[in-house]
Amino acid sequence: MDLLNAIVALLNFVVIPATAYGAQLALGALGVTLIYGILRFSNFAHGDTMAFGTAMVILFTWLFQSMGIHLGPLPTALLALPFGIAATAALVLGTDRAVYRFYRKQKAAPVILVIVSMGVMFVMNGVTRFIIGVGEIRFDDGARFVINAGEFKKSTGLAEGLAFRSTQALTIVTAILVVAALFWFLNRTRTGKSMRAYSDNEDLALLSGISPEKVVAVTWTISAALAVIAGTLYGLDKSFKAFNYFQLLLPIFASAIVGGLGSPLGAIAGGFVVAFSEVSITYAWKKVATYVLPESLAPDGLMQLLSTDYKFAVSFAILIIVLLFKPTGLFKGKSV
Amino acid sequence: MKKFLTATAAAALLAGAAGAEDIKIGVILGFTGPLESITPHMGAGAELAMKEVSDSGKLLDGSTVTSVRGDSTCIDAAAAQAAAERLVTTDKVSAIMGADCSGVTGAILANVAVPNGIVMISPSATSPGLTTAEDNGLFFRTAPSDARQGEIIATVLKDRGIGSVAISYTNNDYGKGLADSIQAAVEAAGGTVTISAAHEDGKADYSAEVGALASAGGDALIVAGYVDQGGSGIIQGALDTGAFSTFMLPDGMYGTVLEEKFGASLDGSFGTVPGTDSPGGATFVDMATAAGFDGTSSYAPESYDAAALIMLAMQAAGSSSSADLAGKILDVANAPGEPIYPGELAKGLELLAAGTDIDYVGATAVELIGPGEASGSYREYEFQGGKITTVGYR
Repeated sequence: MDLLNAIVALLNFVVIPATAYGAQLALGALGVTLIYGILRFSNFAHGDTMAFGTAMVILFTWLFQSMGIHLGPLPTALLALPFGIAATAALVLGTDRAVYRFYRKQKAAPVILVIVSMGVMFVMNGVTRFIIGVGEIRFDDGARFVINAGEFKKSTGLAEGLAFRSTQALTIVTAILVVAALFWFLNRTRTGKSMRAYSDNEDLALLSGISPEKVVAVTWTISAALAVIAGTLYGLDKSFKAFNYFQLLLPIFASAIVGGLGSPLGAIAGGFVVAFSEVSITYAWKKVATYVLPESLAPDGLMQLLSTDYKFAVSFAILIIVLLFKPTGLFKGKSV
Repeated sequence: MKKFLTATAAAALLAGAAGAEDIKIGVILGFTGPLESITPHMGAGAELAMKEVSDSGKLLDGSTVTSVRGDSTCIDAAAAQAAAERLVTTDKVSAIMGADCSGVTGAILANVAVPNGIVMISPSATSPGLTTAEDNGLFFRTAPSDARQGEIIATVLKDRGIGSVAISYTNNDYGKGLADSIQAAVEAAGGTVTISAAHEDGKADYSAEVGALASAGGDALIVAGYVDQGGSGIIQGALDTGAFSTFMLPDGMYGTVLEEKFGASLDGSFGTVPGTDSPGGATFVDMATAAGFDGTSSYAPESYDAAALIMLAMQAAGSSSSADLAGKILDVANAPGEPIYPGELAKGLELLAAGTDIDYVGATAVELIGPGEASGSYREYEFQGGKITTVGYR
């Protein structure tokens, strides 16, 4: 029984939250890594693309709710997702046409494009706040829990509760589906293959007749779709606040770099490495240890390796260690 | 206005012979800087008391009181000291109502007020550090020290039979100071604090913080943060995972937005926020509205009380000099004596002139303790049926 309690406590406070958070980071990092692999620059505007896309999804959600359309136990935002993606893709493609294309034609150095993307980031920052405001918005509806902590305790008779929110389940399922679709697209379709060719060797790809503008447009669209999905899942799970998406940029980049910039598989692994390290290294193991160890060995202290103040230090320490020993990241991305 | 002018002129003439003077009181507040949205109301509050006293013509044989404003900037100690120095040496103020922020208040006290022997009454400096500052008996405040809230919270917890708590605080001076004072008070009362950990505001994810707090355990979780910031994220995480079901919310977490966000899931949680059920509070708000400013603005009533205390102490001492009035402030502020509410300053002055003891209650139920700081009245509230419900005052 005690062992069961320990497992439940661990699931409830470490495994489930970290898996959901990791899936959100992985989706964000996939978008960053795609842009880096194909357009060859770090897109700092990605966090705010997520914020803009989520804002669009929220607006459509409100529209559907006012029309009385809903998905039963699932959040209405899922229905609004395609519309949000369309609006965000339009914005991102418009930005590419107006801003990035100019620098691409000039064959500008990647560092210039990075700075340009920071400019875009500030503009999007403003646009998002202008449209939806700076406040906190909750837009999840439908069933809130798959497993409720209180009911779990009652039905199993365990001392520890287990909570599994429907948004966490949704996040994990969606992330798996999206990643599977993306890999199928990149490896099996003609457009996907031409994108990989363009990423591997731009000149050879151009010689073999691949249209660069088409590759760029498809890349932006996919990255916008990933950003909106990641942003919406994050917003459903926590809440929407424009500033938080800007903050999310840091762990997203850490995930992409740990996994290897330009490697989609790396982005996913990186997301989970960052999420699990943030949660588990700063977790206080006292509760779990009290259940597992015999009474005489029960700990007095918290058994916490590092205070939670240092959780960001943890992901960056991992980042530095990985880059020292494997400069291209865990999955052989491009060197930074 | 004309009538008023004639009246004051007449009063001045009548009293003139008996040695009436024009007393100046400095009002040093951060009219620019981070508090600039509330300081106009604080200044207006202090000046309302001065006008009331001047109009009554009862202070020291008909003396009038004039306010001289100075800008403390709230954050720049050098600028605040220069402003205070000017008020003391050039304008020759008798006493200072101010300053507002704890840092500049400490600087003015040490470098201007103490060397010149000028009394200071701050309406809003709450740092526990000022309790032990070297002040030669010249410094008072009508705002309670944050240490006081820690004690109040410890009492509330004890009364509710909660023995062990976990604390999560926002990572800044306010959060850290409050968390430390709560921890000290709870432990002094025989309770245990299982963990006291910081959270950063505006972060993406609080799973790690909630995990650590849950592992440490406790009967309740104290969230010493901000309602619009990470504090709500911590509550959400703790509720979702079933880590805590009872929360104790200090002043920064007070807000009706909690009702909208969490509703009935917070039932049984409770908190404290500065407030008083003294009838003086309502009177002051009415007076402020009549005078054209917002009496519900933070620390506006404390400012009125600070200015009123200075003038009542002058009357009690029979002199407008700081050296004489400093010793009288505790006498007029505390029992025993006739209670004096806002708008009754004239009555207080009369009683003092007749040699009767008074107990200034004012807008915030002033009661000075220790080295001369407000004991602090707090409102204890509880969530019942998803609504914030007042359960009592402390």
